[in-house]
Amino acid sequence: MDQGLVIPALLVVVKVLLLLGAVLTFVAYATLLERRVLGFIQVRLGPNRVGPWGLLQPLADGAKLLLKEEVTVSQATKPVYLVAPLIVVVCALVPFGVIPFAKGLGLESILGPMADRFSLNTGVISDVNVGILLIFAISSLGAYGVLLGGWSSNNKYSLLGGVRAGAQMISYELALSLSVLGVLLLAGSLSLVDIVEAQDKVWKWYIFRQPLGFLLFLIAGAAEIGRTPFDLLECENELVAGYQTEYSSMKFGLFYLGEYAHLLFLSALVTTLFLGGWQGPILPPAVWFLGKMFLFAFFFIWVRGTYPRLRYDRVMKFGWKVLLPVGLFNVMVTALVYTIYLQHGG
Amino acid sequence: MIPIPAINLGSILPALILCAAGLVVLAVGLFVRRGAVTVAALISLVGIVLAFMTNSPLRALNAEAFSGLVAADSFCWFLNILILIAVGLTVLISAKYLADEGMALPEYFVLLLFCAAGMMFMVSGNHILVIFIGLETLSISVYVLAGIHPAIPRSQESALKYLLLGAFSSGLFLYGAALLYGSAGSLALPALAKYFQAGSTSLMAKAGMGLLLIGFGFKVAAVPFHMWTPDVYEGAPTPITAFMSVGVKAAAFAAFVRVFFDSLAALQVNWSQILWVLALVTMILGNLAALVQDNIKRMLAYSSIAHAGYILVGMVAGHTEGTSALLYYLLAYTFTNMGAFGVVALVGRKGEANNMIDDYRGLAKLHPLLAVTMAIFLFSLAGVPPTAGFVGKFTIFSAAVKEGYVGLVIVGVLTSAISVYYYFRVVMKMYMEAPATEPQALHFGPAVVVGLLIAAVGVLYIGIFPITYLDLAAKSVMPLF
Amino acid sequence: METLMFYILSVVTVGSAVFVVLLRRPVYNVLFMILTMIGLAGFFILLRAEFVAMVQLIVYAGAIMVLFLFVIMLLNIDQIRPPVQARDIRWWAGALIAFALFGLILVVIKGIVLPAMETAVVAGQSNTELVAKELFTTYLLPFEIASVLLLAAIIGTVVLIRKQS
Repeated sequence: MDQGLVIPALLVVVKVLLLLGAVLTFVAYATLLERRVLGFIQVRLGPNRVGPWGLLQPLADGAKLLLKEEVTVSQATKPVYLVAPLIVVVCALVPFGVIPFAKGLGLESILGPMADRFSLNTGVISDVNVGILLIFAISSLGAYGVLLGGWSSNNKYSLLGGVRAGAQMISYELALSLSVLGVLLLAGSLSLVDIVEAQDKVWKWYIFRQPLGFLLFLIAGAAEIGRTPFDLLECENELVAGYQTEYSSMKFGLFYLGEYAHLLFLSALVTTLFLGGWQGPILPPAVWFLGKMFLFAFFFIWVRGTYPRLRYDRVMKFGWKVLLPVGLFNVMVTALVYTIYLQHGG
Repeated sequence: MIPIPAINLGSILPALILCAAGLVVLAVGLFVRRGAVTVAALISLVGIVLAFMTNSPLRALNAEAFSGLVAADSFCWFLNILILIAVGLTVLISAKYLADEGMALPEYFVLLLFCAAGMMFMVSGNHILVIFIGLETLSISVYVLAGIHPAIPRSQESALKYLLLGAFSSGLFLYGAALLYGSAGSLALPALAKYFQAGSTSLMAKAGMGLLLIGFGFKVAAVPFHMWTPDVYEGAPTPITAFMSVGVKAAAFAAFVRVFFDSLAALQVNWSQILWVLALVTMILGNLAALVQDNIKRMLAYSSIAHAGYILVGMVAGHTEGTSALLYYLLAYTFTNMGAFGVVALVGRKGEANNMIDDYRGLAKLHPLLAVTMAIFLFSLAGVPPTAGFVGKFTIFSAAVKEGYVGLVIVGVLTSAISVYYYFRVVMKMYMEAPATEPQALHFGPAVVVGLLIAAVGVLYIGIFPITYLDLAAKSVMPLF
Repeated sequence: METLMFYILSVVTVGSAVFVVLLRRPVYNVLFMILTMIGLAGFFILLRAEFVAMVQLIVYAGAIMVLFLFVIMLLNIDQIRPPVQARDIRWWAGALIAFALFGLILVVIKGIVLPAMETAVVAGQSNTELVAKELFTTYLLPFEIASVLLLAAIIGTVVLIRKQS
C-alpha cells in the first residue's frame, strides 16, 4: 500500500464507525420506542423512570444485559452456540452500508479529489452496483444465525424455533425479492443510490407506481424479520422464546440487538425503495430519511400492538400460495406495462 | 435498445410441442380425477404426433438458430424421429402398466414428455451448454421416473443410485467442458472445431475431451462406466427401463457423435483409440455378464451394455459409413428393445412379480402370438436375419472392417455369437418348457397391442427392406462431415 | 492489495474445503461448506464479477446450504460413523484412481497457459448488465430450457413426496 492511501482508508474507517455508532444508537432507541408505543396503545405508561420520559432506559437495559450472569448450556455445541448471535448481528448491521441516507456530505472543499475516489462524500458507505442483491445475500446468510442458535442450544423449543425461523425466512425471502423486482425494473438499476435518485419527484416515488409491490414488501418484510403477526419463531405460548430460549446476558442482548437492527433496516429499505429515500423538500436529506424510517418503525410497532399472531401453517401457506403468485403477477404486469410504455410512450 | 437475435422457433418446434403437451397434461391432471392416466396418455400421443409432423421441415432446413446455439439439420431430424418413436411406444406400453399398478399419476407422462424434449435439445445442440442443459433435463426426469413406482422399494433404490452416479458424471462432464472452454475460449462446437483445426492442442483440452468422454460414456452405459445400469434397469418401472435403454442411449450417442465428430475431429486419433478399448471391453463384459442372469430385466440391461459396445464400434469406424451405420443401428435398436421391454412389462404382471426368465416357460402355449413377437425381438437383439438387428450389426461391422479394425470386428462377432445363447435361452423357455404352475392368462390392452405391433413390424420391415433406411441414415450424417 | 486478498481468500476457501472433508460432525461440514462458498464469492468479487458473487452467496451459501442444514437438524445426525472398512483391494484401487485423477488435474493445471483474458469490465457497463444482455440474447435458448429443467425437477419432487401419503 502506498502512503497516499492511508489517510483515505482511515477516513473510510471513520465513516463506517460513525454510521455504526448512529445505527446502534437508533437501535437502542427503537427498543424504547417500541416499549413506549406499545404502552401507549395498551393504555399504560411504559418505561418512563430512567431519565426524562425514560430516555435513558436503553442505557439501563444495556447495563443490565451486560451485568447478567453468563450461562452457557452444558449440553450446547459450544462453538456454534457462541457464533450464532454474532452471525445475526453482523448480518443485520452490514446491509446498512449500502443504504444511502443522504445525497452528499458537502465535504468536497475539505477532502478535495480524494472524496470522489473513495466515495467519502456520498451519503452512503459504499455505492455497490449490486446493492439490492448484496442485501438479499447478507439477509439470507442471517438465517443461519437463528437456525444455528436454535440447534446448538440442544433444547427442543430452541430447535423448533430455529427450524421455524429458518423455514419462514427462506419462504418469505422469495416473496420479498419478487416484490422488489418491479422497482428494479422501473429504476433499471440494482444500486440503491440510483433507485433513490430515480424518485426525485414525489409522484415518482415507487409507492405510487408499485403499490402492490409496496404492500407485498411490507408483508414479506415483516415476515422475513419475524415481526408480529409473523413472530412464530419466538412465540412464547408454544416455544417459550424460540431459538433464544437458552441464551442469556449479552448473547441474548446480541439477538435482541439483531432483531431491532432488522426492524430499522427494513424500515430504511422500504424508505429507500418506495418512498424516495432522502428525497424531500426544504429539510436536509438526512432528516427526511430518518423521519421516513422511523415512520415505518412506528408502523411495525403499531401492527404489533394491533394484530394477533398467525398460526404457523397458515403463515407458510400464505407465503407460498398467496404472496408468491401475487408477486409473480406484479412482476409480469409491471414488465408488460413498462414494455408497452417504452414502445409507445417513451 | 438491445438488439435481439433472430428467434427461429421452427428449429425447435418439435421439442416445444412436447413441452406444451406436457404442460397441458399437467393442467388437465388438475381437473380430471378418474381416467386421468388414459387422458394423459392420449394427450401425450397427440403431442407426439404433432411433434412428428412439425419435425419434417428440419431435414431440409440445415440451419443454425438461436445465435448458433442450435443446429437444425438432418442429423437432428433423424434423431428426433427416433426419440419420438421411443417416447410414443413408451406411452403406449405405459398406459396399461400404470393402470395395472394402480398408479394414477398423470405427472408420469409430463416427465416423459419433458424428458423427450430434453433429448431433442440435446441432439440439436450446437453448443456444449445447450447439450448439457438438455442432458440435465433428460436426466432429472429419468431419475424421478425410475423411482416413481410407490410400491417397489427397489424402484426408489434405483432412482437414488442413478441420481448419485448421474450427478457425479454430470460433474465430470461439466469439468471437461470447463477445461475445453479454458483452452478454446468458447463452447460452441464450430468454435471448438476451429480451435482444434488450427493445430493447437493443449494438455488441458485433451483432459477436457477425456472428461467429456466419461460423461457421455456414463449416459450410454459403456464399460467401465456401466455400474449403475443393471441395478437401475432392474429397479425402474419396466416401461421406463425401455425408454432409458433406448431414448437416453440414443440421445447420448447422438450428442456424443456430434461433439466428437463435429468439434473434436482434429483429435480423432486420440479419442478413437480410447473408444476402441471401451468398445472392446464393453462388448466382452456386457455379453459375458448377460450370460449368467436369471432376471430378464437384468439380462436385457447387460445386453443393452453390450449393444452400447457395438454402437461404439460404429463410432470407432467413424466417417460417413460408421456414423450412418450407428444411426441405423440406433433405429433398429429402438424398435427392438422397446418391443422386448414391452413384452417384459406385460409378462411382469402386477408389482413386477414375474421378471424371472423362468416365468417365460410355456408362454408360447398360453399366448402364441406374444411369444412370436418376443421371439422376433430377441432374434433382432441377437442379430439373426431377417431382422433389423442383423442389418445393424452387419453394417457397423462392415464399416469397421473397411476402416481396418478387423480385431474389433472379430471380437464383436464372437461376442454376438455368445449373445445368441442367452437370447435363445428365453426363446427355448417360451417354446420348449412347461411352467411349474398353471399360469393365468395375461390381460392385454389395446394400447400395448398397438405398441408391440408397431415395434414388431418395424423390426421386420426395416430389417427386410433396409436400403431406404440406410440411405436415410447416410444422408442424415452429412451435416457432420 | 489484490494479491494479498487473493491469498487470504485462498487460505480460507481451501482450508474450509479441507475441513468439510475431514470433520465428522455434519453440522460443521455444512458450516465450513458455507465458508467455502463465501470464499468463492470473494474470488468472484476480485474478478470484478460482482453479480456472480452475489448469486453465489444468495443461491449457494444462502438457499442451498440452508436446506442442507435443515435436513441435518431434522434428522438429528450428530456424528458420521464411517463403516469399519478393511483396506482391501477396492480401497486401494479407489485411492489409486483418486490420486491418479488428482495428479492428472495437477499436471493439467500446471500446464495451463490461459489465453489473454478480455477484461470483464467494459466501460460504462456493469457486470450485471453484461450478464443480463448475454443471457437474454445470445444464451436465450439455454436460459429458457432451464425453465423446463426446473419445472421437471419441481414436478418430480412433488410426485416423489406425494405418493407416500
